[in-house]
Amino acid sequence: MTRDAALPIAVRQLTKSYGTVRVLDAVDLDVHRGEFLTLLGPSGSGKTTLLMMLAGFVRPDCGSITFGEREVIRLEPHKRDVGMVFQNYALFPHMDVAENIAFPLKLRGVDRVETAKRVEQALELVKLGGYGERRIDQLSGGQRQRIALARAIVFEPRILLMDEPLSALDKQLREHMQIELRQLHERLGMTTVYVTHDQREALTMSDRIAVIDKGRIRQIDTPKTIYERPNNRFVAEFIGESTFVKVDVTSAGCTFNGTPLTLAAQPPQTGPHHLMIRPERLEILQHDPKNDVNLLPAIATAAIYQGDSVLVHASLSDGTMVSVRASASSQAPLVGEHLNLGLNAADTYLLPLEECVQ
Amino acid sequence: MGWLDRVATDTQITHGGRLWLYVLSGLILLFLILPTLIVIPMSFSESQYLEFPPQVWSLRWYRNYFNSTAWMQATATSFKAGILTMIVATILGTMAAYGLHTARVRFSGLIFGILLTPIIVPVILVGIGVFYVYVKIKLVNSMFGIVLAHSMLAIPIVMMVVSSALKSFDMNQELVARSLGASRVRAFFIVTLPQIRFSVVSGAILAFLTSFDEVIVSLFVSGGQNSTLTRNMFNALRDQIDPTIAAISTLVVILTSLLLAISQIFGKKTDQ
Amino acid sequence: MSNVAEPNAANLRRDALIERLALVSLTGPALLLVATVMLVPVGWLFWLSFLNDAGGFSLEHYLRMLSQPSYERAFRATFEISFITTAICILLGYPLAYVLSQLPRRAANICMIAVMLPFWTSLLVRTYAWLVLLQRQGIINTWGIKLGLWDAPLALVHNLNGTLIGMVHIMLPFLVLPVYASMRAINPDYLKAAANLGASPTRAFWLVFLPLSLPGLLAGALIVFILCLGFYVTPAVLGGGKITMVANRIATDIELFFNWGAASSLGVVLFILTSMILYVASRLAKLDRLLGGGEA
Repeated sequence: MTRDAALPIAVRQLTKSYGTVRVLDAVDLDVHRGEFLTLLGPSGSGKTTLLMMLAGFVRPDCGSITFGEREVIRLEPHKRDVGMVFQNYALFPHMDVAENIAFPLKLRGVDRVETAKRVEQALELVKLGGYGERRIDQLSGGQRQRIALARAIVFEPRILLMDEPLSALDKQLREHMQIELRQLHERLGMTTVYVTHDQREALTMSDRIAVIDKGRIRQIDTPKTIYERPNNRFVAEFIGESTFVKVDVTSAGCTFNGTPLTLAAQPPQTGPHHLMIRPERLEILQHDPKNDVNLLPAIATAAIYQGDSVLVHASLSDGTMVSVRASASSQAPLVGEHLNLGLNAADTYLLPLEECVQ
Repeated sequence: MGWLDRVATDTQITHGGRLWLYVLSGLILLFLILPTLIVIPMSFSESQYLEFPPQVWSLRWYRNYFNSTAWMQATATSFKAGILTMIVATILGTMAAYGLHTARVRFSGLIFGILLTPIIVPVILVGIGVFYVYVKIKLVNSMFGIVLAHSMLAIPIVMMVVSSALKSFDMNQELVARSLGASRVRAFFIVTLPQIRFSVVSGAILAFLTSFDEVIVSLFVSGGQNSTLTRNMFNALRDQIDPTIAAISTLVVILTSLLLAISQIFGKKTDQ
Repeated sequence: MSNVAEPNAANLRRDALIERLALVSLTGPALLLVATVMLVPVGWLFWLSFLNDAGGFSLEHYLRMLSQPSYERAFRATFEISFITTAICILLGYPLAYVLSQLPRRAANICMIAVMLPFWTSLLVRTYAWLVLLQRQGIINTWGIKLGLWDAPLALVHNLNGTLIGMVHIMLPFLVLPVYASMRAINPDYLKAAANLGASPTRAFWLVFLPLSLPGLLAGALIVFILCLGFYVTPAVLGGGKITMVANRIATDIELFFNWGAASSLGVVLFILTSMILYVASRLAKLDRLLGGGEA
């Protein structure tokens, strides 16, 4: 399948309420042809509901969903021709692996010989060639996940939906599968919508990430942009670790607790802002800071050995707690020690002050 | 007897300390099962009078049973009614259970309640009520009438058994099947039904037994050509003690045990 | 065509409604059957109970129930027998269920056969078996005399004793099954914690195990009691005509007296009593969970 055969998805004004609770709030979304888009959000954010609506299992109160040119909002699930992988795989236990994978082909009237061929192809794709005869209860979690995937793609759907398929796997296997899924996507090219609450997973696998909270999409961007330039506090706090300190912006410049700061760019508005500090951008300075490095004095409150690094908790001059990572080989700071933390001007990122996290 | 000193529970009581409990339970189990089994040797006794153990063994009462047209007709009636009830109640009950399980409507609790009323309403009431209506519409002593009444009694049981099976079934599999191209109906028959079939079979057997063993409604509603086995047995019990009943009882116990064994074998799989 | 602000809303609502109706309609045939064969006849009976012989509205059947002592006796006998049977079932069934719940699965399943076999075996067969066992020349009396336990045959049947024995035997599995199930569900960690906190085995049982098993026990007791209220076959056969419970009275009113009014009014009272008890119980305990209508 080439990328051109994949279908774009257009979601307009998708709304769903259960009683007084708005699960999806007039959501608009465009998924590009052949793109790997991740719906990322905390539990209860509506991401799974949105996916289920794409599949046709949940009916919205109103809205429109088009696959390519075709309006599918009222189309029954079995006519939508999308592949789907569930969180618990939902493999049919009363059929063996080959029968599971052959299931969609049988329903589409593909003959026996062709079916067998395509089943084996699908198994090869997920690196489980020859497993056709196995029974489902003989498979490990990772293997089941791959079979579920094979079953979802064997009939060459132009859209693939995945609902937290890796959440049941242990950490190492999960990280390995993330890469494999991504590679599979590159190879097959179908439009993929992926749901997860794990931001690291989203950052690893996606072309774009749509961060969703309380039924609304807060930001859609590439992983790099989402991480480095979140456009609101929710996204900034959900992705990566960060601390926020209050700074004041005037036409003259920016100050933190009285201390002047050098920024990457002058923000468009004046007034109070939040400075987003990512721990990995902070450095414990041993010498005087260079020109474009901001100096933030702090007092160490804890130093926690974590094997590959030392996590240092420190208190800034206005009392805000930050964390910094120091290499395990350098001298770990003592509690109460005065530290000079350095933040590059290029790494400063400001958000307007929000009264509450919306 | 070192076994007696071994600890039985997490609270550290030994088996010896609980011996009285084991003996009591054993006696109660005996109490439960003995009467059911006692009819078996009784049925082989030559004597007209009930005696145990039988002095002379014979198949006299079995011959009596198989040679009697009345008894054979009654047996045929009961089997026919039982099988028809089994079919009707299983289909209707399974449909109802599935419908209630998948439709999220507010009054599904009400429907469930209505379908349970045959169990809650005293059977005697059902018996005379149905009799009264059947007299008016001339359904008394008809197979159709019997099957109708028995099915009504059996449906709640089938529904409860299938309902509980559906609750422990992963409905995601139906969703997956539908996402892969199967319509709701096909998804049910290809994916769901094969996996709940053990419970459906159990329900079917229970439906059969409900009809086959049913006494009170059959007393009123069956008769003439279509008198059930239970009706005949009940009347025989009230009039005089005919040891033929022992023979019939033995056969019933054997039938029940067979059906129980079948449903247990089927049930084993789901008991994982 | 469609409202731009709420695209497809009306159509989607209609689709949702149609789907729900289609699924609910699966219950249709069963509902139809139960409605016509149960609700109509029983409803008709209710109506009959308010008619006098001339066909006019009258409360005479109900009033007769209050005035004639034979009806009061029937109700008293019914409640007494039901209470006693339930009590005996609890006394016998609870220890049995306890032992079974503590056995390893395989042994418990084998022992359960002894509980399930009578449960599944025809009511008539079991009642007949007791007749055989309890008669004057029955097995128990013959062996009792032979073994010298007593001299004259005991009157064990065609009276209250026989009826009670028979009913306990019929009802015991109905109590054992739910109690067993609820006991099996008790997490053994609770007892470990109790022991760890200083409870002796006896106290741990009374303070922890027993309360946790109570829902199952109440459910079982309720089922037994309600079944006893409406019971007919066993008192008829083992009572020898001396035991008249409400159900027996209803039957004789029809069979001997053709008095539909009397029978139906009795039935109505029985039904109302049963429903009231069920209602009260369902308020106190999660009854629908036990009958499979809901799942925790």
